[in-house]
Amino acid sequence: MILCAISIFAIVALIATELVTHSEISLHKFGWKFFVGSAWNPVTNKFGALPFIYGTIVSSLVALALAVPLAVGVAVFLTEMCPRALRGMLSFVTELLAAIPSVVYGLWAIFVLVPLLRNYVDPVFIKLLGWTGLFTRPDFGIGMFAAGVILAIMILPIISSLTREVMSAVPHTQREAVLALGATRWEMIRMGVLRNARIGIVGSIILGLGRALGETMAVAMVIGSSPTISKSLLAPAATMASVIANEFAEAADDTYRSALIEIGLALFLVTIVVNILARLLVWAVTRGAPARTA
Amino acid sequence: MGVGIEVNKLNAWYGANHTLQDITLHIPANEATALIGPSGCGKSTFVRCLNRMHETNPIAKVTGDVKVGGMDIYSDISAVEVRRRIGMVFQRPNPFPTMSIYDNVASGLRLNGYRNRRVLDEVVERSLTHAALWDEVKHDLKKKSGASLSGGQQQRLCIARALAVDPEVLLMDEPASALDPVSTAKIEDLIFQLKVQYTIVIVTHNMQQAARVAERTGFFLNGKLIEFDSTHKIFTNPSDKRTEDYITGRFG
Amino acid sequence: MATTAQLKSSPWNRRWRWFTNHLASVLAVGSTVLVIAPLVAIFADLVYKGASSLNWNFFTKVPAPVGELGGGMANAIVGSAVLLGIASAMGVPVGIAAGIYLAEYGRGTKLSTLVRFTADVLNGVPSIVMGIAAYALIVAPEKSFSAFAGGVALGIMMIPTVARTTEEMLLMVPHSIREAALGLGVPTWRSMLSITLKTALPGVITGCMLAFARVAGETAPLLFTAFGNGFVSTALNQPIEALPLQIYVYALSPYDEWHRLAWAGSLVLIVLIVVSVALVRYVTSRGVLKGAS
Repeated sequence: MILCAISIFAIVALIATELVTHSEISLHKFGWKFFVGSAWNPVTNKFGALPFIYGTIVSSLVALALAVPLAVGVAVFLTEMCPRALRGMLSFVTELLAAIPSVVYGLWAIFVLVPLLRNYVDPVFIKLLGWTGLFTRPDFGIGMFAAGVILAIMILPIISSLTREVMSAVPHTQREAVLALGATRWEMIRMGVLRNARIGIVGSIILGLGRALGETMAVAMVIGSSPTISKSLLAPAATMASVIANEFAEAADDTYRSALIEIGLALFLVTIVVNILARLLVWAVTRGAPARTA
Repeated sequence: MGVGIEVNKLNAWYGANHTLQDITLHIPANEATALIGPSGCGKSTFVRCLNRMHETNPIAKVTGDVKVGGMDIYSDISAVEVRRRIGMVFQRPNPFPTMSIYDNVASGLRLNGYRNRRVLDEVVERSLTHAALWDEVKHDLKKKSGASLSGGQQQRLCIARALAVDPEVLLMDEPASALDPVSTAKIEDLIFQLKVQYTIVIVTHNMQQAARVAERTGFFLNGKLIEFDSTHKIFTNPSDKRTEDYITGRFG
Repeated sequence: MATTAQLKSSPWNRRWRWFTNHLASVLAVGSTVLVIAPLVAIFADLVYKGASSLNWNFFTKVPAPVGELGGGMANAIVGSAVLLGIASAMGVPVGIAAGIYLAEYGRGTKLSTLVRFTADVLNGVPSIVMGIAAYALIVAPEKSFSAFAGGVALGIMMIPTVARTTEEMLLMVPHSIREAALGLGVPTWRSMLSITLKTALPGVITGCMLAFARVAGETAPLLFTAFGNGFVSTALNQPIEALPLQIYVYALSPYDEWHRLAWAGSLVLIVLIVVSVALVRYVTSRGVLKGAS
């Protein structure tokens, strides 16, 4: 049994060594410049990962910007306002959202979400925020913004269920203390609950970020796969995960393949750091109670 | 100044549990009134009905009326306003751990829209002085968190926090039961000084404590108010047999 | 030391507090509705667009050539079954054993804390990274895509989930039950197997089902391990099709007929997932474990 437990370390170590050995060509050839170069050209064998790093960060930030307020809102509703009967059902629903496969989200996004965004949502943003340069035509529906929206839907349940967990861990006496001072319900939630749970909430947001950074299929299906950096969120782009998904199978050349594996290695390291950070923060609040692996 | 409390035919239920039955009593202003009785007798529920804290439990229900300073707290004003006017100190000290000592005391004022630094400084100092904590914490008001104090200090901080919003009544639900004897003595001293300005209702399971601090004492048993009289009368010559049994330690 | 000024909040302040309080409630309810909307939409679309294509052919026929009607996903269903079989054979025993270690033997030790932590972190590693690792580990040296490589990638992903749910379920077994067994002079390992694990068994099984359902929907780790195969295959050293892989390919294809099959395949996956999530919930919340005590 202890061997099986330790095998978890072995797996992590194995993944790391395999990724390092198979990205050696690229590591040697490009060095650190790999992460600042923006040319991605399989024909001339020049590879720089900057467009994908940019795409990953921006799509994740769009997702967080949309998901965090909603997730906290849901958590507040479920822990502080919701009648008990409804609570069970709603938390079941959020669990389901977390369990839907990425590829199904992608399918739905292609045929339902993208047309919806293109026809109804994007025009509004172009009109209102076009002056910022973040929303400019041409707009095909697919692109960075669509990826951000589907990512937001996907990471919402993770953030909200962990936020709910840390909010429930705030002792009842704190809520009473605020109420007894003559606070409204919202003031009670703000001062007695959110304020005390804030470290854990930050942890759950970072965990959501970790998920968004590595999310592959749904993003690959709607982001438009273009290794370019554009200011407009409506333009096609690519993320670290999506470029691997879209190009790995056709990468016949060793350098090309190695460059893609190096992107995978970077993604692995970044998500590990992000997850460690997030878990530490959540554990600090819930004191190591077995956290639900969302 | 404190105000009196008149309770008339108060009944309370938790779900199907009839926890308070026809409680009628008059708590005079600027005195300390102690409520005693075995655990589960309804004394805690009773004080929670006085500032509508029981409403935080969705299955709780109350009938009857409670008048504080002549105002019916169940119909004339909102629960928020009731709780602002009737402060409460709980069994376990519950300072806000993420706030400094200063912010803990100022929290109630800030809720009410007070932003002026001079006013806040003044009220914080006055409240901490009233709670006999000022001298111990005045040097690290903004440096230390409320949770870094000792248990007894935390409880006095909670008292200061309640005093800062200028209540007329102070409810104390077993305020010393989680504290050591020295801290308990300090809280009892404090009650003596505070009743000059506030009406105090203190729930306690410690009969000596009731005898020491309160002018009047009420004895609760199984959701009923058995006897309510001057503390002296209750402890020396109770008129009800059940009260006598309880204070002489024959049950409970 | 009389109070100098009676505390009095301005009417403006009172109105502001009333307003923010109600605004907060409206926003909280609003965000809940907004979050549930996509779920309802996804389910409605899946049933609306997928159910009509779920027929006998879907489960028995391989895909029809482009342009022809009919055809099914038999190759993908068989492929998914093979892949999940390999994954479970690997992930379930290792995961359960690790979970038992965490809950029973290593409780409170530094090692178990570290294992638990690593399991959570491993759970957060993107599935595409698992795919590349399995590619580097098996496909590259063998120079061939294979069902085996895909199964290993999925199996690795199952381990942390199974381990953590097993631990959670074992910890739900009341302490008194363990003590009762130990009090009879039964050795630890026997009481573990015959009492604790037996009591927690429904929970452990449903936990495995949940892990199973999760990896059943994984696509990214299979892209360059199992790779896909247009025909029914059960050979472990050959490329193999999988339901999510085929959904991915069909969704991006230009043919309506294939889109229809993609919706139907998704509906099958979702049904599998809903059933396992509901089962886990039933076991943990309805107190099947408590009933057993």
